[in-house]
Amino acid sequence: MSARIGVDIGGTFTDVALENENGLFTTKVLTDYQAPEAAILKGIAAVCDEGDVAFDQISQIIHGTTLVTNALIERRGAKTAFITTEGFRDVIEMRSENRFEQYDLNLVLPDPLVAREHRLVAHERVAATGEVLLELSEDEVARLVQTVQDGDYEAAAIGFMHAYANPTHERRMAAALGVAMPGLSISLSSVVSPQMRELPRFNTVIANAYVQPQVADYLRRLMARLTETGIDAPVFMLHSGGGLMSVETAIEQPVRLLESGPAGGAIFAAGYARSHGIEKALSFDMGGTTAKICMIENGAPKSANTFEIARTYRFKKGSGMTVSTPVVEMVEIGAGGGSIASVDSMGRIQVGPKSAGSEPGPACYQRGGKAPTVTDANLILGRLDPDAFAGGKIRLNPGLAKEATERDLSSVLNVSTTEAAFGVTEMVDENMANAARVHTVEHGRDIEHFTMIAFGGGAPLHASRLCEKLGIEKLIIPPGAGVGSAIGFLRAPFSFEATRGFYQRLDAFDADAVNAMMEELDEEASSFVAMGAGERPLERSLTVFMRYAGQGWEIPVAVGTSRFAAGDDSVLLANFEEAYRALFGRTIDGLAVEITNWAFNVSTRIEEVTAVTPPGSLHSAEATVVRQAFDAGLRRELEAKEVRRADMTPGTRVEGPAVVTEEETSTIVTACFHVTMQKDGALLIARKEAAR
Amino acid sequence: MTPSGIDYQIMWNRLIAVVEEQATTLIRTAFSTSVREAGDLSAGLFDRSARMIAQAVTGTPGHVNAMAESVGHFAAEIGAQSIFEGDVYITNDPWKGTGHLHDITMVTPVFRSGVHIGYFACTAHVVDIGGRGFGPDAGEVFEEGLLIPISKFAERGTVNDFMLKIIRENVRTPDQTVGDIYSLAACNDAGNRRLQAMLDEFDLADIDGLSDFIIDASRRATLKAIADVPDGVFDNTMQVDGYDTPTHMQVRLKVSGEDLLADFSGTSGMSAFGVNVPEVYTRAYACYALKCAIAPEVPNNTGSLDPFLITAPEGCILAAKRPAPVSVRHVLGHLVPDVVLGALHKALPDVVPAEGASALWNIQISARASEPNGDLPNAEVLMFNSGGTGARPALDGLSATAFPSGVSTMSVEATEHVGPIVVWRKELREGSGGAGARRGGLGQIIEIEPRAGYDFYFNAMFDRVENPARGRNGGSDGAAGRVELADGTKLRSKGRQLVRNEERLKLSLPGGGGYGDPLGRDRDLVEADLRAGLITVEQAKDDYGYEG
Repeated sequence: MSARIGVDIGGTFTDVALENENGLFTTKVLTDYQAPEAAILKGIAAVCDEGDVAFDQISQIIHGTTLVTNALIERRGAKTAFITTEGFRDVIEMRSENRFEQYDLNLVLPDPLVAREHRLVAHERVAATGEVLLELSEDEVARLVQTVQDGDYEAAAIGFMHAYANPTHERRMAAALGVAMPGLSISLSSVVSPQMRELPRFNTVIANAYVQPQVADYLRRLMARLTETGIDAPVFMLHSGGGLMSVETAIEQPVRLLESGPAGGAIFAAGYARSHGIEKALSFDMGGTTAKICMIENGAPKSANTFEIARTYRFKKGSGMTVSTPVVEMVEIGAGGGSIASVDSMGRIQVGPKSAGSEPGPACYQRGGKAPTVTDANLILGRLDPDAFAGGKIRLNPGLAKEATERDLSSVLNVSTTEAAFGVTEMVDENMANAARVHTVEHGRDIEHFTMIAFGGGAPLHASRLCEKLGIEKLIIPPGAGVGSAIGFLRAPFSFEATRGFYQRLDAFDADAVNAMMEELDEEASSFVAMGAGERPLERSLTVFMRYAGQGWEIPVAVGTSRFAAGDDSVLLANFEEAYRALFGRTIDGLAVEITNWAFNVSTRIEEVTAVTPPGSLHSAEATVVRQAFDAGLRRELEAKEVRRADMTPGTRVEGPAVVTEEETSTIVTACFHVTMQKDGALLIARKEAAR
Repeated sequence: MTPSGIDYQIMWNRLIAVVEEQATTLIRTAFSTSVREAGDLSAGLFDRSARMIAQAVTGTPGHVNAMAESVGHFAAEIGAQSIFEGDVYITNDPWKGTGHLHDITMVTPVFRSGVHIGYFACTAHVVDIGGRGFGPDAGEVFEEGLLIPISKFAERGTVNDFMLKIIRENVRTPDQTVGDIYSLAACNDAGNRRLQAMLDEFDLADIDGLSDFIIDASRRATLKAIADVPDGVFDNTMQVDGYDTPTHMQVRLKVSGEDLLADFSGTSGMSAFGVNVPEVYTRAYACYALKCAIAPEVPNNTGSLDPFLITAPEGCILAAKRPAPVSVRHVLGHLVPDVVLGALHKALPDVVPAEGASALWNIQISARASEPNGDLPNAEVLMFNSGGTGARPALDGLSATAFPSGVSTMSVEATEHVGPIVVWRKELREGSGGAGARRGGLGQIIEIEPRAGYDFYFNAMFDRVENPARGRNGGSDGAAGRVELADGTKLRSKGRQLVRNEERLKLSLPGGGGYGDPLGRDRDLVEADLRAGLITVEQAKDDYGYEG
């Protein structure tokens, strides 16, 4: 009897999921900011108790956390020095020199993580080719070491121009610092993010250095507490790219822990995509403040090599900090249950991105929130049961929801409360639908061909309507959706993606040089994976970032091989043209093609999932309760059947309009859909024949 | 189904997403550096009366009104009887499009069940349009490249091959320029597909009702915001460098109830060089500045743009006449907001910022082998760079940040892969922000050297070298710009010049003006600036009276 445990520390809750032969046991406990490990132990004790599992039966703990993201947002990092090339002291402050909001005269740009007085410059320079233009002298190294020593720093980040092409200067600088100051946390841009483009690379190495002392301290404390408690199972960390890595790697490269919670959610959804045989899936996770959307193709979440963290301005693109590290690609928008609705100067209902969060929360929570929110609108429209919200833990007050909606919305717009509430949910659904549609368009996909997999507290309420708007035919609501990320952790492979900026023009392709570089990437990635995976068989995949010479942005191109022979440039060209055509519908003749960055992923094989077959025969549910619920598509109130999810067995079908209730949330099935319970406990919502 | 107000709101929201998607498609497929790095494009939807109902927010306020007006020219010249399903129209006429030949505007009529219901339009800056190339040195627009009059690029789905051949043979980069034309047409099609799907969903035959709803709501909100501006007549003048002689800009702002008029009478006459600005581009930047200060939250459409009446007398440098050269009309165009906001300041104190560097310092570099008979290839490099913005009434200015333009800079590492240059320095210019209770944003210093075996030419189009950004309410001026070699040799701030191997071009970009008395600046902020090296010890003492 061995058990595996997934632990996800989120902003509000720490979710724990335990899985053994008897099944899955989950719990939620409040996150403890002072001692995050205390909440973990509490959660583990609770699930072990529930599943009747002894601590020594735990075989593995898989951990993901938003603590790194939060440390960056709240600026609770180490005192960090940034050492960079002379002439480039202000790269992280000048950013991309633009304004992310065009019409705001009082725009405030985010402060850089390391203030100017802590940014030190070295007299050195490497060219784009890797050739040294200006040698870094020993005197210069000694001078900088002295400055760092005098400055009483806990961490140092080193980021030199073109260090991805030639890391010698960074290494020499780091070695000298390491000798002089053994306790200093040192991060190198050529190790943490060896890719071309100075701004994201510098941001990444600085973020890494900035959080490293804190993360190292926390992880060591966690390990010690686990041992004290009698849990000696190995611990692995979920990284941003959706795979597992060792605690040692996490301590060395904590920047790879960013957004690991949401990545867990995507893996959770990917598991259902595989077991239900869905080639193209769209995961949709909606909580109190934001909604996240991720594309899952052939069972794997879409990945990217840069993303933006800590957005400071209404989740707006450009208002955060771009880092380059392998990541599960997600769109996040300010749309959640707590999103506040208002009327703007043109008489338009606007929803979010401002959120009432969970404190004071929506007006109907009776905790002092006065503004009308999405949750208030859902309550008014009959989509939530005031007595059974969050398993009855929060009692909702429809009177307060109506009062807030009438005061701020319906009286201003001169419409009924129901119409205003409908306007709120319709607008938030519209915002999410637009974000999802743009995301798929950016990848050259048609959203109509996707199946949605929805989880998180708010998603089951909104998913049906979202599918109506997007023309999606099928929707899955998995069980345990409230702790999806923690469950997702249990399905993650061991993996590591090594990246390198290595410029190649296809018409001057140097197979030997590329193979030599690939050996290094392979060695790097394989050794990290081996730390957790031992001797398990590994899968390798290469993605190269290519473009036509003269273009500014590369597209990711999956390449079937990772070692090349002379003449293989034609293979790369064919791969590029196929990818380019898929994205943009055409290729351009007569232009040279070039490669900038390389990403090599080594991973253990993803666990085979058992295919879920459709239930053999269908039967109708006994609906004893009927409630009035507003159907957005038909624009009117209908009688919706209310069914408890727990009462449904494989093959139970309920025709929409219907509400399927459970402890954590409710699933709304709109009039044009029906819902069928599957053998694995998932709800499959599909368009009625007549509505197609 | 008769749509309710809430349905219209939802459709309005959707249309904005549709035009944003249209713009995104263009950014991702365009070849032109300024499109994908700088957002030098626009995309929008118009009703059948050529009224703009939605436009994407992109990096170029200069396209806002320009595009809104251009579709009217298309509708008039093509003529209702000649508008067919499957047509695509094109022009790059500076006076009917967006101000210079490099911007190509394409318009696609939208049909539903065989009935013409509106237009999609988009504009992008192409890599090359022939002529002298992108620079101020032409004497007439004829030298600046190929002018494509308003005409049918495609009729009933058939592309005009003759036109394609003319374009291909008259530009240096036929594949890329023609590729961009197809991208423009494709992005209109993408917008059309989304629009039709929305009309299906809401079961609508046309967009007339929706258009009225959007334009009326926007007009009402804008008029109300204008009515909140105190009535009066407010004047302002500003002198800028111009090409070879100082240029005087003058504006009179008349506000009366819901009416607002900005009149540029008194502004200098045209230049002999390509810094002239067609009036449509002046209107765009003036309107942008006014909108930022008065009604920033109202989306751009005919209803929100129309209430801002802007005029400049034909023949002045801000309303250039054919056949004036206009290639780098952005330099003076970017300075228009400063002069307009200075006038508005007299009506609305404590709202608008001090003057800033404002005009972008774009550098177009042509690297050439020092030994012409060798086998080193030529290379073209384009960089966008920004100085400091003016301090705001309650906030410091933004350092090295574009305003009013919304462009982005490029990575130096990426730039060094494009051409044989080394950028030795690109960092904040210490001490360049105008002193004030709120400090102006800092400019930046850039040093560029050709790599071994190369010289390079660069096209200077830099302003605020002779005339710095002025402070406001007792704030000091920002530092003026400088164009020189690193050894101190002075260079011209406009026109094509050579930098030889082993020489370094050094550009010192202007800082923004300060706001309010520097002696009133919070001492903690003075100390912080000193610690960060944003101001010098002497400035702290002399400008801020800081004794430390």
